[in-house]
Amino acid sequence: MRVRRLAAWTALPLAATLGLVACGSGSGGSGGTDPNAAVRIEIAEPQHLVPTNTNETSGSQVLAALFSPLVDYDDAHQAYEVAAESVTSEDNITWTIKLKDGYTFHNGEPVTADNYIDAWNYGAYAPNGQGSSYFFEKIAGYEDLQGETPAAQTLSGLEKVDDLTFTVTLSAPYSDFRTMLGYNAFYPLPKAAFSEPGVLDEGYEQAPIGQGPFKMKGTWQHDSRVEVERYDAFPGEQPKVAGVEFRIYQQPAAAYADVLSDNLDVIKMIPTENLSTAPTDLGDRFQTSPGSTFQFLSFPTYQEEFSDPDVRKAISMAIDREEITKAVFKDSQAPARSFVSPVVAGYRENTIGDAGTFDPAKAKALYESAGGPSQIEISYNGDGGHKDWVDATCNQLKANLDVACVGSAEPKFSDLLTKVKAEQPVGLFRMGWVMDYPSMENYLGPLYTSNGSSNFYGYENPEFDKLVAEGSSAASEEEAIAKYQQAEDLLAEDMPVIPLRYGQNVFGHSSNVTNVEMDLFNRVDLLKIEAVQ
Amino acid sequence: MVRFILRRLLQMVLAFFGTTLIVYALMFAGQGDPIQALAGERPVTDAQRAYLTEKFHLDRTGIDGFFYRYFDYIRNLLQGDLGESLTGRQIGDILAAAWPVTIKLALIAMTVTVLVGVTAGVLAGIRRASIFDNSTLLLTLVVLAVPTIVLAPIAQYFLGVRWQLFPPTAGADPDFYALLLPGIVLGSLSLATALRLTRTSVAENLRADYVRTARSKGLVKRRIVGIHVLRNSLIPVVTFLGVELGNLMGGAIITEGVFNIPGVGFNLFRAIRTEDGPLVVGIVSVLVVVYLIANLVVDVLYAVLDPRIRYE
Repeated sequence: MRVRRLAAWTALPLAATLGLVACGSGSGGSGGTDPNAAVRIEIAEPQHLVPTNTNETSGSQVLAALFSPLVDYDDAHQAYEVAAESVTSEDNITWTIKLKDGYTFHNGEPVTADNYIDAWNYGAYAPNGQGSSYFFEKIAGYEDLQGETPAAQTLSGLEKVDDLTFTVTLSAPYSDFRTMLGYNAFYPLPKAAFSEPGVLDEGYEQAPIGQGPFKMKGTWQHDSRVEVERYDAFPGEQPKVAGVEFRIYQQPAAAYADVLSDNLDVIKMIPTENLSTAPTDLGDRFQTSPGSTFQFLSFPTYQEEFSDPDVRKAISMAIDREEITKAVFKDSQAPARSFVSPVVAGYRENTIGDAGTFDPAKAKALYESAGGPSQIEISYNGDGGHKDWVDATCNQLKANLDVACVGSAEPKFSDLLTKVKAEQPVGLFRMGWVMDYPSMENYLGPLYTSNGSSNFYGYENPEFDKLVAEGSSAASEEEAIAKYQQAEDLLAEDMPVIPLRYGQNVFGHSSNVTNVEMDLFNRVDLLKIEAVQ
Repeated sequence: MVRFILRRLLQMVLAFFGTTLIVYALMFAGQGDPIQALAGERPVTDAQRAYLTEKFHLDRTGIDGFFYRYFDYIRNLLQGDLGESLTGRQIGDILAAAWPVTIKLALIAMTVTVLVGVTAGVLAGIRRASIFDNSTLLLTLVVLAVPTIVLAPIAQYFLGVRWQLFPPTAGADPDFYALLLPGIVLGSLSLATALRLTRTSVAENLRADYVRTARSKGLVKRRIVGIHVLRNSLIPVVTFLGVELGNLMGGAIITEGVFNIPGVGFNLFRAIRTEDGPLVVGIVSVLVVVYLIANLVVDVLYAVLDPRIRYE
């Protein structure tokens, strides 16, 4: 032990000098990186490692190492083909997906169209209880796979043409289907994953076999780590490290301490309590990049006192977003004045117009003329670090609207949702949204359409629903965006929610690694990261 | 003695079922929507909801549903099956992975407590009102006043990150050295209490009649303190330590979180947060057994330390 400690002491100045040298030479790709080293990245314990059942960032980070997606997103957040040769459609209903030749699973099986069809059928079949099954709902035949005893076992919309080609028929035209294919629910599964057709092998999840740049090294060590190593037969871009150890942490603060002492290489989200010291602790190893999270306050629009859009606009106007992002979040989040994130195509700044401009006098006049309630409650989940900004918001409302305002904490988000679903009077309540794929539809559809999966505020606007549906079925992306933007304008008039903040990736890394980049889904780009020699 | 132990073992069976019933009832009553809790802030699909509801009988509510689920749980438990957590892992496997590291941690904490706490307590008791006594009083007061939730991150930051004397976190299969710092932090509270307890007890016994008698008989001081005083003074300390062993194992939630040790406390915290009823009940059941055994051992030790105590 003592030897190791001594080595660490001597390594520190050495590493510092190396870092200086690397800085001095000025070019990112200069020598001094070690292609045979493994890097260590922080995750939380994944819930599942089956592609169609993984929808939290930790699991999807591991899967991103093991699988190669059909499409990925470039710096402008546009989709481009990776494992797919092409994804094309004439009418946005029937899509032809051609696969690149040469991809193999880590057990040697060649990747064919069947692997995709089997995996998607498995994901969509309701009795399998897969968390991402709703991604397949646009594919024809999805309805027949639902319920306790589904009528069919396979999606009628999936058809194999040859070993490397298959077609997907949707039940309605959808212009963003190609973009959607970047989500991890659309990864293929090898034949070896199934013990019999349609039944996933019980052990598969412990050591998933994919077709990506890394393969499993050993099995998933629960609560401890998942280790992967470079898969040399991968035909795509090869990673610049020999392997990755995904180390499992329960508390980000512990991971942060490890990054500070070079015991861990990447922390994907620096805990809020460390934000004020992180820039000095880490120097230029403290980094931010755009993320896709969107934080907002929702109104129970079905309640009398909040049914007038003017009341909702007045409250929005009385909130000083800049003040809160600066004082509470140390600029790790940015003020939001639109209903979609800046990372998607079609985003426009400040779509809520005046309602987003902080103006206490105007807000108060509007609030009083619209007859807003004299008491406001803001509900939030107490386990997510929301107390500070909710209290700050309440104080602003108190001062600017002359109302009584209290923040009330529910233990967990699920408790909050239970109350909201039962239409109990919770007042305003906080919500957040992380996109699944970069499209305006992914924000507008689930959150504000009448039957949207996360529309908990009772917002119903047939005109809005119609515009979103038209956007989905538009012939081109430009037309789709035009429709979505019209829909967003309707939201700005109705203000069912108040946009507050856009999130960012706020991450840090040790002095052992360089070229650390994070994507919009809070995942480390495993093809770019490099180890310092 | 044998009859006493047998009787206690029989009582333990009753106590075990009683506590599992209570814990199960509490989890059942406090349960909101475990499926949504598992999903966090993401929407839950109907398919997933239906699947988990059926698997864990979550649709059985009310008094009937409670007894149905409780007896279902007990039936499986008696067959050695602790059930599955909501994420589909075998609870038996989770416990098998979590217990060894927690036991290691608790033993280190216990060793530190006994070695440092009891020794310093005896010294402070002998040299009452000396500088040593007063400085330990001050130190223990500080330790008792600072909660673990503050002490653990501070120790981690200074000893682990700033001066790099210890690894800042321990991980899943740590060596002895990596567990030392968490062990000391975990044991510091019991250490302070044990020290105070030993010190008072020793100081009191030194003034007892039998010590005066021994002294006037001309016994050497080392023998008086080492054999007579220590043995009598340890009775309250042993009681405390026995109960504390259970506390150290179940109460390591904060320490295990800060030092990233996936032990029992770590899993209990997660289970409570995600409303994972089966996992909470599984962990607590085993903790109950630990407490019961620790108490039995304490009672047996009484008789060893104090010959006046006899068990029939």
